[in-house]
Amino acid sequence: MSAHEQHTSAAHHEEHGSMGKGLIWKVFFILLGITVVEFIIALGISNEVMPQHIKNVVYIILTLAKAAYIVAYFMHLKFERVGLILGIILPILFIMYFIVLMMIEGNALLPVLN
Amino acid sequence: MSTVAQIDEVKSNPWGGGRSPFSVEYGKLMMWFFLLSDVFTFSALLIFYGAMRFKNLSWPEPDYVFQSAPGIHGNAPLVFVGIMTFILIFSSVTMVLAVEAGHRKSKAEVIKWMVLTIIGGFTFLSCQAWEWSHLIHEGMNLHHNPFLNANGTPGAVQFGQLFFVITGFHGFHVFTGVIINIIILVNVIAGTYERRGHYNMVEKVGLYWHFVDLVWVFVFTFFYLV
Repeated sequence: MSAHEQHTSAAHHEEHGSMGKGLIWKVFFILLGITVVEFIIALGISNEVMPQHIKNVVYIILTLAKAAYIVAYFMHLKFERVGLILGIILPILFIMYFIVLMMIEGNALLPVLN
Repeated sequence: MSTVAQIDEVKSNPWGGGRSPFSVEYGKLMMWFFLLSDVFTFSALLIFYGAMRFKNLSWPEPDYVFQSAPGIHGNAPLVFVGIMTFILIFSSVTMVLAVEAGHRKSKAEVIKWMVLTIIGGFTFLSCQAWEWSHLIHEGMNLHHNPFLNANGTPGAVQFGQLFFVITGFHGFHVFTGVIINIIILVNVIAGTYERRGHYNMVEKVGLYWHFVDLVWVFVFTFFYLV
């Protein structure tokens, strides 16, 4: 058991070599940049130039990009084993599908309830 | 040919048994599973929110509802929530820097970055308290929404309920995150992890803290932008 612990802690140490201070600040500025872009779209571009439904698609893509950076780098998931990555990401993909399904359901209720 | 030799054979592939296929520490794996279950909770709320948005013809305009900031007279749409977002992203960075310092076993640096994270968490909570009290003074509560829809019809009543429940649930997570951070900070100062030889607990609370930031990224998009 102790040999195993040594092995994992050594592997652990190796993995973390990839997450240095430079990369942390780089990810921070990427996140900040994406947020600034979202603000520019929300406040700087009028709905005549860019219709709201197109804006919404852009917002969601940018949000997913931000989420991916936080999970991959800050939460270190990118450097974990494939088994763990799949175990976390797959259920979330199903949830995203569920969210889309419920929006379609809400849309179907629109003519019934209004 | 004996079967004993086969049983005693060292299994080297990750799923062969005898060791964790995920190759992470037990506590960290359990934190990931807890966070996954927390994703389910938040997505239940967001699923309901999405369904409500799509079943209503129109919805209150976020640029109009969230246009106030302390110290600014007149309209400043989304300025205050922008500051809140920046604070939370920055506190996430200080947290990951604390984790990085923990890998180098630098106690002084871990303390410095964790203190900054806790300050960031408290600042965010104070901002949220201001925003909540402002909206409550404007007449928004769990069963009433004073803001008109974008198309001028009376505002969707679910708006107040969804806003307070979802941001409230997120704020509660920030609050617990701050409390757990303080407990871990006290342990760091007391030298518990120095004696233990690793700062894995800082990593675990870091995972929780980043998750709180992650949820805010979604709340920000779906309440303040879309």
